[in-house]
Amino acid sequence: MFELLTYQQYWWFIVAILGGIFVFMTFVQGGQTLLNTLAKDEDEKNIIIASLGRKWELTFTTLVMFGGVLFAAFPLLYAVSFGGAYFVWMAILFCFIIQAVSYEYRIKPNNFLGQKIYESFLYINGSVGIILIGIALATFFTGGNFIKSDMNLSSWTLPTYGLEAVLHPFNVCLGFTIFFVSRTQASLYFINNIDHNYILQRAKIQVKIDGSFFLLFFIFTFGYLLTLSGVEYSNEMFKIIEYKFLNNILKTPLFISSLISGVFLIFFALYITIVKNSDKGICFFALGVVLTITTILCLLGFNNTSIYPSLADIHSSLTIQNSSGSLYTLEVMSYVSLGIPVVLGYIYYVWKSMDATKITSDEVKSDSHHY
Amino acid sequence: MEDSLLVDWSRAQFALTALYHWLFVPLTLGLSFIIAIMETIYVKTGNIIWKEITKFWMTLFAINFAIGLATGIIMEFEFGTNWSNYSWIVGDIFGAPLAIEGLMAFFMESTFFAIMFFGWDKVSKQMHLTSTWLVAIGSNLSALWILVANGWMQNPVGMKFNVDSARFEMVSFWDVVFNPTGYSKFLHTIGSGYVMGALFVVGISAYYLLKNKDTIKAKKSIVVGATFGLITSMFLILSGDESAHQVAQHQPMKLAAMEGLYDGHKRASIVAIGQLNEDKKIGDDTDEFIWSIEVPYALSILGFHDMNAYVPGINELVYGDNDGHKIISAKEKIAKGKIAIEALKSYKEAKKFKDDVKASAHLTIFRAHEKYFGYGYLKDEKDIVPNVSLVFYSFHLMVGLGSWFLVLFFLILYFSMIGKIEKKRILLYSALWSIPLGYLAGELGWIVAEVGRQPWAIQDMLPVGMATSQIATSAVQTTFWLFAIIFTSLLIAEIKIMFTQVKKGMEDH
Repeated sequence: MFELLTYQQYWWFIVAILGGIFVFMTFVQGGQTLLNTLAKDEDEKNIIIASLGRKWELTFTTLVMFGGVLFAAFPLLYAVSFGGAYFVWMAILFCFIIQAVSYEYRIKPNNFLGQKIYESFLYINGSVGIILIGIALATFFTGGNFIKSDMNLSSWTLPTYGLEAVLHPFNVCLGFTIFFVSRTQASLYFINNIDHNYILQRAKIQVKIDGSFFLLFFIFTFGYLLTLSGVEYSNEMFKIIEYKFLNNILKTPLFISSLISGVFLIFFALYITIVKNSDKGICFFALGVVLTITTILCLLGFNNTSIYPSLADIHSSLTIQNSSGSLYTLEVMSYVSLGIPVVLGYIYYVWKSMDATKITSDEVKSDSHHY
Repeated sequence: MEDSLLVDWSRAQFALTALYHWLFVPLTLGLSFIIAIMETIYVKTGNIIWKEITKFWMTLFAINFAIGLATGIIMEFEFGTNWSNYSWIVGDIFGAPLAIEGLMAFFMESTFFAIMFFGWDKVSKQMHLTSTWLVAIGSNLSALWILVANGWMQNPVGMKFNVDSARFEMVSFWDVVFNPTGYSKFLHTIGSGYVMGALFVVGISAYYLLKNKDTIKAKKSIVVGATFGLITSMFLILSGDESAHQVAQHQPMKLAAMEGLYDGHKRASIVAIGQLNEDKKIGDDTDEFIWSIEVPYALSILGFHDMNAYVPGINELVYGDNDGHKIISAKEKIAKGKIAIEALKSYKEAKKFKDDVKASAHLTIFRAHEKYFGYGYLKDEKDIVPNVSLVFYSFHLMVGLGSWFLVLFFLILYFSMIGKIEKKRILLYSALWSIPLGYLAGELGWIVAEVGRQPWAIQDMLPVGMATSQIATSAVQTTFWLFAIIFTSLLIAEIKIMFTQVKKGMEDH
């Protein structure tokens, strides 16, 4: 129906939106790192875990979906990044394996590893896992050490298989930005979801602390991004362009407006929470984060920009055009993607049903299946 | 170039993950429906005892569900981390079902899971029941898309090789979705999950009856479990028949290995039980079995629904058979495959230098030999033979166990209906000990399916040696042992928690 490039851009946009939604959903991970900060006794811990425990699977599923869409729409990017930056992705996966069981097993009798280990698993998932995901996403801007053959088979040129990415300041900054955004969101979410005075008081303080760190890292990382060079392609020729991402923003008014809107919503959310004592901050913050992250990821997929530059051989760099699925597959998948609003619709309905009233200590105590 | 140690470790890691994953998934598939049935009885009758029964089985379901998710996420990403060549070469076809699984099934499962477990007092009875059914349907839809993808690996359809991108590309989504191999695998696999769920419910209920604990709830559970088990066991046998039929059509070497069949026959028999001659070599004249009991004509009927049908053996598939059956030898296929590989390289070279005439000539050669492209990467004709002993014994043990489960469910249901189940202690002990046998049968089924198709990642198209990521073997060894430690630890935790919850009894869940 459309040209191949249109589908490629559409699917990169879907990847970017999924990335934005995933970063919002990391409030679960942020909350896990705040468990011992916001809760001072077992009852308070159980309330926080109950609040997060009803959402963690959606974050998990969004990550799986992100991987599935990359695999289907941009199989070469999936192959090169996962198969090359092996240790980084494996470390991320380990962080998510240990999360999946921790909610269910944490306080179950005879759970083999003990409550503290499962809680430390939650902390590792929320800290190491999230920072590493930020680093892995940042490599789409800063590049990886891979080469690919004429047959499009790839290999990594460094024996560290992706771990070298933790040495790049931009990658680390993005990792910490997402870490602090996840913690800020978590506190905003608790304010909206939990009815418990002490937890709320601490969450409000935490919004100020993590929100400040988040803003500092965000401003620094975004400024850094604007100064980064990027790889541009034309007719299969690649060249490095200074201030590539700044140029991409300036060339596209839609990016400018969505970035401004996103950032405004984030500030507005912090303002109404801190100054007006509103519990609706999470809604605006969520919209702001999704808009901002989606726009930042879109900077890669448009204006002839490489979505994964090769540091070893610039001509091996990946673009939405040389790494995508075929026209037929992208078209079929585009029909499937029409189901996304239905999925979002029932998630919204379930979320609304479950969160119609705030979680209280009594509710958690009376729930025979609480985590 | 292929590094055989790297390939072996990559296979070992994937096998480890898959075997662990399959310890948890069948129970999710089967128990979710049994729970939905129990909750339906509660909603229909209003009898509170059914609500308590439902909540008890839900508790056990949740313990198992979490670890199934943990192992599942690894499987998806391991296609990228350890099989990156595979991900590129067939990602255009294989990636779509995985993405659709995430969108259509996984979200449904994980979203309604929240209502199923935490929504008893937050939504209406009907909404809660709907959510429980949607979790069951979501789990099974998830299996559908995974098995569509796996079925495509066993019988690749709906695609063509694109010489310019050097990969297989989808040309018919519906051929991929309605691939008969995918469907037979789906039905047989979910059938095994249903039987596992039923074995679990029947076995644990039997434990309570043996201990004279929670007997009313246990008796109710055992009737639901055995009824569900009896129906699904019959379904499992029927879907197994269709699955074997598909194997005969598209994977004759796997069928030969399943039956230890070295020399092809018309009117071929099935070995009901037997001991393979481990000294038997491909192409020699020694007997295949030290002893065996055979069912005449059964293999021809099973494989081709024709008692006179010819079933090729390992020897014919390796060395060829021009004696009326026109089976090309593996050696010839390898030679043709090498011509295809060279033609593709030459085509790419000619395209690079913009020599369209030469490119067209090489393309013609490639297309003429394309069918055997994957064989060109094999070194030896005997490479097409999987581990016969492992496949043979796994298959026969699986079939034997499946037959036992049918008998078990029938007896349990019969004695439950006439009210004498509590007195049949040997039968109750058999039910309890059949729980691990159910897990064993499921694992054996996957060993038959996956070991039986070696050396192929994609049947006849892509050998595993060409599909791996080009990373250091030591990297894969490191992650293999980390996975082994973490999965084993979590399995121990799961078993200990499960045992404790079962010992607690069916109250207070």
